[in-house]
Amino acid sequence: MEFFRNANIDFLGKKWYFIAFSLIFSTAGVLSMLFWHGIPLGIDFRGGTLVYVKYTHPPHEDSLRAALDRVGLHNFRVQPLLGTNEELIDLPQSETTAVGGGEKAIDRGKTEIIHALETTAPAGKQDLNNSSGLAISAYLMQADPLHLGTDAQQRYSAIAQSIANYRDKTKGGVLASFDELTGVVDPAVVASLRDGFFLSDFGVYQVEIVGPQVGAQLRKQAILATVYSLVGMLVYLAFRFEWIYGVAAVITVFHDTLITVGAFSLTNKPISLTVIAAILTLIGYSNNDTIVVFDRIRENLKLMRREKLADIVNRSINQTLSRTILTAGLTFLTVLALFVFGGEVLHGFSFALVIGIIIGTYSSIAIAAPILVAYQDWRSGRNRPQAAVPATAARREKAKAKA
Amino acid sequence: MKKDFGWKLIVIVGTLLVFVYGIFGMPGGVSGSALLLALENRIHLGLDLKGGTHLILQVQVNDAVNVDSDNAVEILKAGMRTAKINYAEITKPDPAAHPEQILIKGIPPQSSSDLRTLVQDKLPEYDASSGANNTWTLTMKPTVLTDTKTRAVSQAIETIRNRIDQLGVSEPIIEEHGLGQYQILVQLPGVDDPARVKEVMQSTAMLEIKQELGGPYPSQEAGLQDHGGQLPGDSILLPGHAAPGSTEGQQWYIVSRVSAVRGKDLRDAQPSRDQNGQPSVSFTLSNEGGQRFFNFTSEHVNDSLAVVLDNKVQEVANIKEPIRDRGEISGGRMTEQQAKDLALILRSGALPAGINYLEERTVGPSLGRDSIRAGVRAAIVGMAAVLIFMLVYYRGAGINADVALILNLIILLGFLGFTGATLTLPGIAGVILTVGMGVDSNVLIFERIREELRNGKTPPSAVEQGFHHALTTIIDTHVTTIVSAIILFLFGTGPVKGFAVTLSFGLFANLFTAVFVSRVIFDWVLSHKRVGEALSI
Repeated sequence: MEFFRNANIDFLGKKWYFIAFSLIFSTAGVLSMLFWHGIPLGIDFRGGTLVYVKYTHPPHEDSLRAALDRVGLHNFRVQPLLGTNEELIDLPQSETTAVGGGEKAIDRGKTEIIHALETTAPAGKQDLNNSSGLAISAYLMQADPLHLGTDAQQRYSAIAQSIANYRDKTKGGVLASFDELTGVVDPAVVASLRDGFFLSDFGVYQVEIVGPQVGAQLRKQAILATVYSLVGMLVYLAFRFEWIYGVAAVITVFHDTLITVGAFSLTNKPISLTVIAAILTLIGYSNNDTIVVFDRIRENLKLMRREKLADIVNRSINQTLSRTILTAGLTFLTVLALFVFGGEVLHGFSFALVIGIIIGTYSSIAIAAPILVAYQDWRSGRNRPQAAVPATAARREKAKAKA
Repeated sequence: MKKDFGWKLIVIVGTLLVFVYGIFGMPGGVSGSALLLALENRIHLGLDLKGGTHLILQVQVNDAVNVDSDNAVEILKAGMRTAKINYAEITKPDPAAHPEQILIKGIPPQSSSDLRTLVQDKLPEYDASSGANNTWTLTMKPTVLTDTKTRAVSQAIETIRNRIDQLGVSEPIIEEHGLGQYQILVQLPGVDDPARVKEVMQSTAMLEIKQELGGPYPSQEAGLQDHGGQLPGDSILLPGHAAPGSTEGQQWYIVSRVSAVRGKDLRDAQPSRDQNGQPSVSFTLSNEGGQRFFNFTSEHVNDSLAVVLDNKVQEVANIKEPIRDRGEISGGRMTEQQAKDLALILRSGALPAGINYLEERTVGPSLGRDSIRAGVRAAIVGMAAVLIFMLVYYRGAGINADVALILNLIILLGFLGFTGATLTLPGIAGVILTVGMGVDSNVLIFERIREELRNGKTPPSAVEQGFHHALTTIIDTHVTTIVSAIILFLFGTGPVKGFAVTLSFGLFANLFTAVFVSRVIFDWVLSHKRVGEALSI
């Protein structure tokens, strides 16, 4: 099977279409970053509190909002996780540090959310769905339902652990009724738990709290990491090829990054640490593509000395087109699998890769190679109009000398 | 043309065996569950897959510097008294931002050289410089300052580790975090109760046994009044718990300023029960501390002693007879758990500096399992799609690529097993991405071989040329991607680091499989063909 046998497309002739396409997408992204959604930052970078709550029943979002409002939390975002009984509550930094606290009470937001949602709490009872194994064990030690002797400590902590495990692993984080525990632990323990605990209709299964200091630190690190990897590439390519190749590759990658970040802004998806990892991967990937084309250009420059650079570039793109499309297609397949099956946690990561692989493949053909030609045209226009490919002239002389 | 495949085959099979061992170790059996168990033992899962608590703490290193400079102030005062240097005032101008600075006012000009000598002799870790209006500034030397700060962090790590160890967490990670930021990363797999972890970690239990001189008083004022508004110089007024059975709230006691016994004199502390059957903590003292306690109790038979915990009087007891090395902290209506925690904290010592929490994340075990399932499913689907496509598109050579890809995956997982690197959810994504990007090397080579064949080369020379031309490109592309992976590793934390690790391992493995293994397979296939027979590609 073969898709692109002897492709011969005049890519450089279509440069105005490419420029228009890139301009439209990058401008849309930049406009959205400036005037619409800004750059939506994930919790890692902006700080704040994220609490993931799982309900025993489909959640009533309105009563959830009302409950949070009642304890004095107003500036929050609630997002249902589709297809589940789960809700994500997002408190910004300002809401968790407003009342005293500061960094010492970093988990204040979490405590308040749990407190607010425990609407059915009877006085003096703890919430079994939001108690840790350690807390359950401490309660059992006090209540001593099994009248244990010297090894009470160990026995009760084992029982408490099995209750917590059953709740978290078998029941996915929430118990609907005490009866569910009957088969798991001794009936006397269940009876005692009924006395000391109640069951709220939710359980908190994941919490992320990031203080303002960390947010600033991570923002700085993410920017530095991106800049360093761009510089690293520029240096390597300048060393392996010529400096203009490095510049072309970096401009291309910058274009890809801009459009990808723009896509996050347009769709208002938060940029998290893992998204930055995806963007850095894209930088690597897009560069791969660019290098493959550049390598071919370099090779062809040696073989086709009489031809114009534009023709050589076109030829090189066409020769590598089959590989470019195949690799992009295959990488896209794996990334698509991630996007579809990878789950909620990897959503942003795989979204960045889905967008980035399309753009990265496009840009190595539509941006990187034309920059080389544009540079040569500009140089020959400025210096000596008669020399078509001055940058390679020296090389040609060398080759001749060797021959 | 017959090539020698012997050693190449040995290299490939050897690599395969080594890395399969890396993944599974020596499994207990060959059944599915035994293999799975072996796999779980070898590959470390990150917190995001296993569930647990992740904390980042900021050590208030200035606390430790302040302790040091406070001490220096005392030494200075004593030294100036002995050397008969007059001064108006010694202060620390800015203990919050510059705890390393001490300011001395009103030094007569003729005492300058005496002061310089004093600082050189007694406080060699400080630099002294004179300022306007007879003031002098002592500043801790920069190297000493940095050293004090780093030591505070490593001590804090040590103390936290001791305390966490006693919580019985398996495989905790407690290490310095962020370059030069004086931060500590604490990761506790399987622990979903950060509040309790923090409680155990942060309590700074400072135990002292002092002589009780008066009280209890219902209020601070009452205590002062009893002594005519002025406490005796060697005593202080401390709050304490109400006496058992009393209905009143907080009580105040006057106690001696010096302590007979301090926390560091403790040898051991255990939870126990007092004579009323209430939870308490009993402790034993070191030899030296015990001697001091014996001297103190001998001198003060029939007086009262106060057990002070974190500047709060915990208990007051009458000294009936000299005590040597044992004691008990009771009262305050401790619960069982509090008694246990207190014993733990007393045993493990206090933190040298305060800590703040910068970041807190908990992942429930069920979420981790869901993530693994989703990640593995995505990996299998992605991998299968690539493998099938390569077979359809390249036919015979597709088998070659698929073998190389599978070997690539085995080497990658084996690497993880050998190095003990952590597999995180983005790490699984890295594995999937490695498959996608790893196949690129095969595609590059195969397309080149097809091109050479089209140009009329014979299969052996097309393979030769294909590999030769693709190699430079492959090396260029791998180097640039590894550069970004290394930068990610240096800057990233936790899950992202895991991603960088799998990505770089995958790329290294890919160089071996796509360039070496795939070549050997081609040569082997060619050696079994007659000259001029077509290559399936």
